[in-house]
Parts: sequence; structure tokens; C-alpha cells
Amino acid sequence: MVSVRHLSKTYASGHSALKNINLEIARGEIFALLGPNGAGKTTLISIICGLVNASAGEVRVAGHHIVTDYRAARACIGLVPQELATESFETVVDAVSFSRGLFGKAANPAYIEQVLKSLSLWEKRDARIMTLSGGMKRRLLIAKALSHEPEVLFLDEPTAGVDVELRRDMWRLVRGLKAQGTTIILTTHYIEEAEEMADRVGVINRGEIILVEEKAALMRKLGQKQLAIELSAPLAAVPEALSSYHLALSGDGLHLTYSYGVDGAVGEPPIARLLADLSAAGIAFDDLRTAQSSLEDIFVSLVRPQS
Amino acid sequence: MNLQAIRAIYAFEMARTKRTLLQSVVSPVISTSLYFVVFGSAIGARMTQVEHVPYGAFIVPGLMMLTLLTQSISNASFAIYFPRFTGTIYEVLSAPVSPFEIMCGYVGAAATKSVLLGLIILATAALFVPMEVRHPFWMLAFLVLTAVTFSLFGFIIGIWADGFERLQLIPMLIVTPLTFLGGTFYSLDMLPPVWRTVTLFNPVVYLISGFRWSFFGLSDVAVGVSFAMTTGFLLACLLIVSWMFRTGYRLKS
Ligand SMILES: Nc1ncnc2c1ncn2[C@@H]1O[C@H](COP(=O)(O)OP(=O)(O)OP(=O)(O)O)[C@@H](O)[C@H]1O
Ligand SMILES: [Mg+2]
Repeated sequence: MVSVRHLSKTYASGHSALKNINLEIARGEIFALLGPNGAGKTTLISIICGLVNASAGEVRVAGHHIVTDYRAARACIGLVPQELATESFETVVDAVSFSRGLFGKAANPAYIEQVLKSLSLWEKRDARIMTLSGGMKRRLLIAKALSHEPEVLFLDEPTAGVDVELRRDMWRLVRGLKAQGTTIILTTHYIEEAEEMADRVGVINRGEIILVEEKAALMRKLGQKQLAIELSAPLAAVPEALSSYHLALSGDGLHLTYSYGVDGAVGEPPIARLLADLSAAGIAFDDLRTAQSSLEDIFVSLVRPQS
Repeated sequence: MNLQAIRAIYAFEMARTKRTLLQSVVSPVISTSLYFVVFGSAIGARMTQVEHVPYGAFIVPGLMMLTLLTQSISNASFAIYFPRFTGTIYEVLSAPVSPFEIMCGYVGAAATKSVLLGLIILATAALFVPMEVRHPFWMLAFLVLTAVTFSLFGFIIGIWADGFERLQLIPMLIVTPLTFLGGTFYSLDMLPPVWRTVTLFNPVVYLISGFRWSFFGLSDVAVGVSFAMTTGFLLACLLIVSWMFRTGYRLKS
């Protein structure tokens, strides 16, 4: 659906933001682009959407070259930018209808109504945009991007600065769009988000794609979690009954560390079982703490072997 | 052609005009009335006629041009600068719209507003002095041509400007002085020969002269020359705009 070949971008400042990017995104998948600040995520999306000129390489969307056949290519694309750039004095419904018109589609109030309802903006349809909250503005940007029924949706950090509930809503929305066959490309800093949403994950750092993998495989590889258990009384050794858990005992015998994957093992969550088994073995504990390899850890682990 | 998009941009801009209708109309009407009071009454009392045209009527085409130029430039430059400033321009740039279509939408709306203002000023003037329009077709043609040309010029300024001050710079520093010195309030015949020659380098002279001809049938320079100069400026602006979009000047990095 989106095909990026040998794409490079050097800004006028001389900064090389993208270096020979190659990427194929299939129709109907959710692709998450992960990377730290300044990695080049927005630059990549901006080139595909026609906001930034590429320095080298080519991009096709649904087979259409984004420069020579820009009309056909852009007509397929909906973009939700990272920055909250909205009009101020216009009403919600006017702004969304304007977007649809820009993309050359005839007015369709019924469809606009459906989009606004799905984003809980219908009650606000006649409100001026400047009276909306930040979260509502972000949803408005999504509504604008969906107004012309795009086949590919780009979400540039859709959940930055968004509360938990709205984040859930957003995830639900994205799943709904995927179910309708929309291809979705989102960028994020949160591995949790990629984990929740994506079919495939690409990791970008310093303008280079350093890995593209099925999410499940990536999580298995990178997404180790640790459960730290602070014991009430020191243990001499891990009891025989708990040997199947691969527990590590600290030198002072007061801390147990349990490592487990997060690839969505089926059945009973292992932690619940472990805790039950701990009580059964008569081991009391004062505190529990879980930790997950952060994106930073993952970058370190990804970048180190190369340099 | 993405006609829907042109219509969308045009309607969006016209809605903005409508929201600010009162101030857009009131201020030119008031300032025109002031010009009449100051120039028409004060000067007109001493100088009753210019080539058989009452002085009050004589200055009307120039006043219309003054408003037309300043309003066209400020409307169009603001229309494209503001979305650049707020970032909402991303949507237009990522839409399946050609530069020509974008320009049609913005320039069309700005020019429409200017033409309306020009006609409102004419109506206001008619309250003060009896007005005749000898060549109504040419009057409208010059009105529309000038509105489009200078909206286009404003569009260029709006893309070029990188701050609100720059947006005001060219209208203030160049256009207003050129209009005042371009024969709004006097006929070039009244000037000493040297100044007359200097004034012929002022492009606004040709606009006002042609426009005034459509009202009274008298002009400082040949009408054909006026028309050619205006069209030439229009073409020059079109070339600049197409270059801007081709290179992404100030629009794309
Ligand atoms: N218009 C520009 N001119 C010059 N350099 C730029 C421009 N836009 C971005 N850059 C640089 O390009 C690099 C990549 O920026 P980009 O916005 O693509 O990063 P990002 O991955 O989206 O980061 P973030 O997570 O912070 O949004 C950065 O070093 C940035 O400073
Ligand atoms: Mg970004």
C-alpha cells in the first residue's frame, strides 16, 4: 500500500534526517513507527504526505508515485499531524466539511455525522474550534483526516498529551478502522502503544530504520518484564516448589526477581499463579514492583551491536 | 481540475469575510467619506473642476483604486499567511490540489471581496457627488483585473512573509505611497514636466488612468497602455507564484 524506496532527506540546514529508508507497508495493516525525539518519524510521514520534498528516493502510495501522480496518491491519504494545528473561528462541522471538499469529494452530511459521532464530537458540531479542549481538537484533526474516507491513515503521535480514557478511545477507533480495511501508520514513543495496536513495528533512530518486525516476535525478543518481590524474611534458596519459574534470588536473600515475556501468553497470567504458589510455599512478602524494558533500553540494545 | 477543492477554499475564505463583514465594510466606507470631506470639500472648494469633471467625482476612481489595491493585498496575503502561521496549511498542502487550484481559491475570494468593496465605495461616493460611468463594461473589467492582479501580488507577499511585520511592509512602504503619488487626487497635467516624467515610472498611474477613463472618458496615458501594463503585472505575478509552488518556496522544506 505504501512503498518507500531508498528515501533520503537532508534539510537545508544540512541535517540529514532520513538515510536510505526502505519500507513496504501492506494493505490493511497497522504499522507502528517507534523512535526517540528527532529520529525522523515526522519527516518520513511528511514526505509521504507531500509536506516535505524528498532529497532522493521514491515513494508510492497505492501504486501512485507521490510526485508525478500526486493527485491519485494524496487522495488515498488521511493525515493527523503531530502538532495541534486547527482553525479557530470555524465550527467543527464546517472544518470537517472543508477537509472533505479539499480532497475533491462531494458533500456527504450523513458520513460527516457518522465520523463526528464516532469521535464523540457530534454534540460539539456547531461549537467554534477555539472553544474545544486539547483532546477534542485532536479528535477533530482525526475527523478531518477521515472526512474523505482515506485508504491510508497516518497518525503522528496520536496519543501524545492525551488522557488514558481518550487513549483507549483512540485505540478502539483505530481497530475499528482496521476492521474496515484502512491501512494505518502511527508513530509513537510508547512501546506499550505499539504493543497494543500494531501488527508490525518499525524502529527508527537517527534517520535509519534499524529494525522492522512482526510485533509478536519483537515483543518476545525485547519486551521482557521483571517482577521484583521484596520478601518479609530472607530465604536461603528458592524452594523446590517454585523451580519452574526461573526465579533469581538476591545475595541477601530478601529479593526475588521473576522475568517473564509479554507476548500475551494464553491462559492464566503467570504472575497470579506465582503469587498463589508463593503463599502456598509459606513465603510472605512486603512489596511488589514490575518493570518493563523501556524504549530507551531497547534502543540501547538495538544500537549497541551495530556501533 | 479539483473543482470541489477550489470551491471549498473559496467558500471557507468567503465565510471568513462574512464573519468580519462589518469591519471589512465599515472601515473603507468611513475612510472614503473622510477623503471626501478632506479632499473633496477642502480642495474641491478651490479647484472645482479637472478637465470639466467636478473635482469630487474626479477623485472617486483613484479612491476606489486605493482601497482596491490595499484591500486586495492585505486580504490575500493574510489569507495565505495565517494558515502558514498557525500550521493549518498542512491540510491544503497534503490535499490532491494543484498550486493553480489553491491560488484560484484564495485569490478568487480575496478579489471578490475587493470588488465588492470597490462597488460599495462607488455607492458611498454617489451619495456625495453625482457619478457617471461612461464605459461600465470597462469599469468592471479594470475593477476585476486590478482586484485579481493585486490579490495575486498579496498572495505572493503572504507566502514570502515570515512575520506579521513583513506582511504590512510592502503595502505600507510601497503601495500606499505609489497610489497617493499615482494621480488619485490630481491629473498628471497639473504636474511640472519633470515630475510628470518621473510619475510615468509609477505603475499605479496606469491603473488609475485607465480606470478613470472608464468613468469620464479622459486619461493621462492611453487606455491600451493601461490595460497592457495591468495585464503584464498579472502575468509577472502568475510566473512568480508558479515558481514558488514548483520549488516549494517557504511552503515546503
Ligand atoms: N524544517 C526542518 N529544517 C531543518 N531540520 C529539521 C526540520 N524539521 C525537522 N528537522 C530535523 O530533522 C530531524 C528529524 O525530525 P523529525 O521531526 O522527523 O523527528 P521525529 O522523529 O518526528 O521526532 P519527535 O518524536 O520529536 O516528533 C530532527 O533532528 C529535526 O531537528
Ligand atoms: Mg515527530
